Amino acid sequence: MPVFDLATTPLREFHRALHSVREGENEAFEVLNPRGAHSVAVGAMAPVHVEVRGSVGYYCAGMNEAAEITVHGSAGPGVAENMMSGRVTVKGNASQYAGATGRGGLLVIEGDAASRCGISMKGIEIVVKGSIGHMSAFMAQKGAMAVLGDAGEALGDSLYEARLYVRGSVKSLGADCIEKEMRAEHVAQLSDLLARAGVEADPASFRRYGSARKLYHFNVDHAGDY
Amino acid sequence: MCGIVGLFLKDKTLEPELGGLLSDMLVTMTDRGPDSAGIAIYGGTEPGRVRLTVQSADPGGEFPKLAELAAAHGAAMARKDTHAVLTLPAEALPGLRAAVEAVPGLRIMSTGEAMEVYKETGLPADVVTRFGVRGMAGTHGVGHTRMATESAVTTLGAHPFSTGADQCLVHNGSLSNHNNLRRELVREGIRFETENDSEVAAAYLTARLAEGRNLGEALEGALGDLDGFYTFVVGTRDGFGVLRDPVACKPAVMAETDRYVAFGSEYRALVGLPGMDLARVWEPEPATVYFWER
Repeated sequence: MPVFDLATTPLREFHRALHSVREGENEAFEVLNPRGAHSVAVGAMAPVHVEVRGSVGYYCAGMNEAAEITVHGSAGPGVAENMMSGRVTVKGNASQYAGATGRGGLLVIEGDAASRCGISMKGIEIVVKGSIGHMSAFMAQKGAMAVLGDAGEALGDSLYEARLYVRGSVKSLGADCIEKEMRAEHVAQLSDLLARAGVEADPASFRRYGSARKLYHFNVDHAGDY
Repeated sequence: MCGIVGLFLKDKTLEPELGGLLSDMLVTMTDRGPDSAGIAIYGGTEPGRVRLTVQSADPGGEFPKLAELAAAHGAAMARKDTHAVLTLPAEALPGLRAAVEAVPGLRIMSTGEAMEVYKETGLPADVVTRFGVRGMAGTHGVGHTRMATESAVTTLGAHPFSTGADQCLVHNGSLSNHNNLRRELVREGIRFETENDSEVAAAYLTARLAEGRNLGEALEGALGDLDGFYTFVVGTRDGFGVLRDPVACKPAVMAETDRYVAFGSEYRALVGLPGMDLARVWEPEPATVYFWER
């Protein structure tokens, strides 16, 4: 397994190797001493494995496609931003806007996620074992988020069709976000999501939140919500 | 953007290294703001004596005059590049202060029993080298590297801002109600040196502390009275505080061990600290006051 020690090797050298992996090749990389570096393991385009040993800064694993990336530490703002597919696991905590605008793939955060987790998510699945901060899933359009802990203020503000499952308390719901019934199809979806994330939790202990679908078109009666 | 750092030592054996640790933290944040940089450092106190930090754009021309004023008021003067630190008996401070203020080219950066402020335009690496910050010992300090948005790139527009004895503030963000608040504070008798929004935040805290509140209470008041984006790190003679606005889009990471409490705009700023592998690392919560006092 190629090892890139960022204490002695420029990040670009790792990225050159990461981006030269062709479809069908199954490469694995290890990255040492990230020391909070920005944009570690961004733009992967093949089903490689990347183990990052330490904490990273902004935008780790951004735009990920097909790769499985694990951060053995905490991640700064924008981890797995705009992910297309694959899987990103953060063993520690994630800073603000984790998984923002993601179109696919699975993001697992084993600690807490800060504010704006899953903002404008468009199909990504996000599992947070801890809690999430305020304005999470703001304008989320598609995909699913499962939170084992609590959610901060204004969860799911201006939500479209993403499904939000929270086991703990929700400090407040954002505009047009409401609690919805947990039907069998939702228990099944959540059960499958938790299993793929490797998280043990009873799906029946979660509550589901979704869009009331009243903000899709401007309605003067709702002007106070804008 | 801007980069801010802070370090509050609990372990006395680290005190000789404060300047070096803080310099490394600040230099790591250079790419968050190239316009100006500054540092406030709290050294030891001597009973009955205070420090006055003075800056001049033309130290060669004006510091000889400052040296005369210092001698006349019984102050010892140590020159560091464009700054000079005058140490003098507390009772002589009002007289020397008035004399310094009467010289047009001299600007008072700070006063206090423990604190010295050094700030200039330029990159952090240049600024810490010019002032020999790496060699400074102390109990706590804050640093700032600026990407200017609210006012001009000048020495006085650089951070930290000091608006009261042994008080300083560094800010990442921008305030939206600073003009109104400045007018209110002027009515309370506070003097301002710049049009900068961060100076208003510093002065606000100074005004609240002057009412007898502690640092935590002053910061709590800021949550209600300051509008805009901010992550603040503030220092007092014995204290160190952190505050983020409720939206909390300006980044912040903290680390604590039994030897220190550290703040960085990014985790990168903290990785070089001793024992970071075992530190408790967390992101300060929005609208939550954090402060430590000796």
